[in-house]
Amino acid sequence: MLRFLRKHYWTFGLLLILMSLLVFTRVIQPNFGTFGLEALTRAALPFAFATAAQVIVVIAGGIDLSIASMMAVTSVTAAVLMDGASEQFAFVVIPIVLLVGATLGAINGVLIVITRVPDIVVTLAMLFVWEGVALMILNAPGGGSAQWVQGLLIGPILLEFLPEAVTQWVPKAFIVLVVSLCVVWIPLRRSNFGLSVYAIGSSDMAAFRSGVNVNRTKIAAYAIGGLFAAMGGLVLTASTGIGAPIPGPYLLASVAAVVLGGVILGGGIGGLLGPIIAVLILRLIRTDLTLLSVDPNITTIVEGTIMVIVVMAGGFMASRRKTK
Amino acid sequence: MAASPILSARHVAKNYGAVAALKDASLDVAPGEVIALLGANGAGKSTLVKILTGAISPSAGEITIRGNRFNVSSPADARRAGLVPVYQEPSLIPDLNILDNLKLGSTPLEAFRHWLSELGVPDVDLIELARHQPLAVQRVIDLARALASEPAILLLDEMTAALPADLVDRVLDVVKQQKPLGRSVIYISHRFPEIAAVCDRAMVLRDGKTVGDLPITPGVEEEIVELMLGDAIKATKRAFATATVSEALKPRLEVSHLSAGSKLTDVSFDLRAGEVLGVVALEGQGQDELFEVLAGMTPPDGGGFSIDGTPCRFKHPADAIAAGHVYVPGDRAEALLMQRSVRENIAIPFHTRPSQWGLIDMAAEKAKVDAAIDRLQIDTRAQGEVQRLSGGNQQKVTIARWVAMGIETILCFDPTRGIDVRTKHQIYPLLRELAAQGSSVLFYTSELAEVQLACDRVVVIFNGKVVDQMDAEHADEPTLMRAAYGLTADDALQQAAQASASEPVV
Repeated sequence: MLRFLRKHYWTFGLLLILMSLLVFTRVIQPNFGTFGLEALTRAALPFAFATAAQVIVVIAGGIDLSIASMMAVTSVTAAVLMDGASEQFAFVVIPIVLLVGATLGAINGVLIVITRVPDIVVTLAMLFVWEGVALMILNAPGGGSAQWVQGLLIGPILLEFLPEAVTQWVPKAFIVLVVSLCVVWIPLRRSNFGLSVYAIGSSDMAAFRSGVNVNRTKIAAYAIGGLFAAMGGLVLTASTGIGAPIPGPYLLASVAAVVLGGVILGGGIGGLLGPIIAVLILRLIRTDLTLLSVDPNITTIVEGTIMVIVVMAGGFMASRRKTK
Repeated sequence: MAASPILSARHVAKNYGAVAALKDASLDVAPGEVIALLGANGAGKSTLVKILTGAISPSAGEITIRGNRFNVSSPADARRAGLVPVYQEPSLIPDLNILDNLKLGSTPLEAFRHWLSELGVPDVDLIELARHQPLAVQRVIDLARALASEPAILLLDEMTAALPADLVDRVLDVVKQQKPLGRSVIYISHRFPEIAAVCDRAMVLRDGKTVGDLPITPGVEEEIVELMLGDAIKATKRAFATATVSEALKPRLEVSHLSAGSKLTDVSFDLRAGEVLGVVALEGQGQDELFEVLAGMTPPDGGGFSIDGTPCRFKHPADAIAAGHVYVPGDRAEALLMQRSVRENIAIPFHTRPSQWGLIDMAAEKAKVDAAIDRLQIDTRAQGEVQRLSGGNQQKVTIARWVAMGIETILCFDPTRGIDVRTKHQIYPLLRELAAQGSSVLFYTSELAEVQLACDRVVVIFNGKVVDQMDAEHADEPTLMRAAYGLTADDALQQAAQASASEPVV
């Protein structure tokens, strides 16, 4: 147990910060309740998926700058396909969009592996490419979304066997997030492929020598990143009812959450839970600063400062642990 | 030799563009045979290893395993074909724990534990991250992992380079155990005593060609060295130079009751002007801490040292350098700017003081650098980047920068680790020459034979204390070995085992 705590001290620390922030929010805004929580989760959703996409790529030792553009491509793909189609057709659209996302990611990975151009350069180029593709599919915000898909994200969960006092505190969007992430992440973490992802991020030479197929693992990691980005794109379309071809502010936010979440940018270290909590923290800070009617320009300064302080404190804690 | 070979390589060659890294290598390994693969740096040894382990594919030639064509394009393929390598550097994934590392290569756990205890480190914490294990333990884990996969052919590349003497013996024992199991071993090492102890035959490479394949018999070392060196310089015999250093000379560096960290408890010795003082110790007896303190990288916990009679307390390596007191680390990557040129690497200490941050006098710099390159005979054909130099030449660059600066005390930490014989025999005379010109050299070595080759005196450290001091002429290997284990053989062995077992895992 102690070992578990020690190993995941970062995640627990973040959880603690999130809890205190929630309490703080309640203090400064006594009205902050079920509705506020739901709004927060819904706003955090695309950021969370963007972050998940970044997490797997960064753990594999890469970085994907094209995440926001891939979200745009998948968002407009979903919006165009669902526009005017029947409600049931959305059941077909979702898997198609997820497949598109995974393919986009895989293309990033293949290009990196084949050209041997650094990840950051390839994905920077693909940022522009995917942005263009999104605009070709839909040159202005538009399209549509099936009603039930939109409904998936709105309101609290409805479970008859649980009293409303409980369910009203659990937004549907939260369940969508947890289920979507777990379905991909848990099998991955438990598989040899997951180990390989950590291995190539930690040391690709050692991984190669241990018999890991480094190239294939890298491509797969990027493909899963694309898959998460597609979930993000779907969420964008579902929450607004239309597709948005212009990439949102998700790229830098995803890198920020990854760093704050305890994933080392060099690769090989970190998990998914920490960065997801970090997303919520960053969103909540924004909400709080708005509630406190702080100048929005100062908001970003505060966010940046917090990031450096938390990462610095983490490094300090890590070095303390070492000397102990 | 009568049995049909399990591995057979015929006329293997590898070209990189116009450059031939390997021209014509042939090798036969019979089941249960231990073959030494020898060659100076640049002879093509590492290229052959890369080909055998599937990291690169040969440009020409044929390799067969059990008569089947050996068609591998990755280490995973080589493993399936029965050839498992243990590389010079640890190949464990640093951020995974040992258990996950084993899972990654589907290593059977029981067999792994068995070999781990055979190798004398049964108490490894398997859920600790690989990066937190001491280097020597990582090497042993690497070997145990390879053995557990029951390879038909085990390839050990400089396996013992970073190991303390006690673990080396265990490794050699385990290599001998493979013979009756019918498993073959390709053993790559620069250390003749080890080769004599375990190998049946030696294959010698020179300039990319197989130049000899001879059985190991007493006295074959000379012949092998001649084959390896070709027309180049013969291995220099020890020239006793102790006479030049008189007891009367006042010490340059006086270390008294120095302690640091948990390992270095109480070390005192004198280093005189004009001498090479050897330091011998088993792994983890405090020698790392000693050098770190002397080089100004960590402050001492107790005791102190003085240079030319003035007590010193360094806050930063720059202080030590200013005092003419420099450190040459065993790991060359710690000392060099790998992507920069030889010249920049040698010249970097000239310009580190803020007062010297102005324009660089290129002509003066070049003159100093050229003089140092000349003096150390650094092969600078690969001018562009230091990382393209051979290990031996890289090591020379780390020393050359201080020679160019005219430094007076050089602290060398295992400078010949993983370097070929030829370069080693260039480094010994270099150290001697520096001493003859009045410099002082502190020389930690993990190869006991080097003491008589290069040193005037030697101090032996055990358990953080100096346990013995002697003149080099009395310091033959058995004497040093006994001293390194802490005087009396039997209980010292136990102590050493305890010391290494209780080594704190960070």
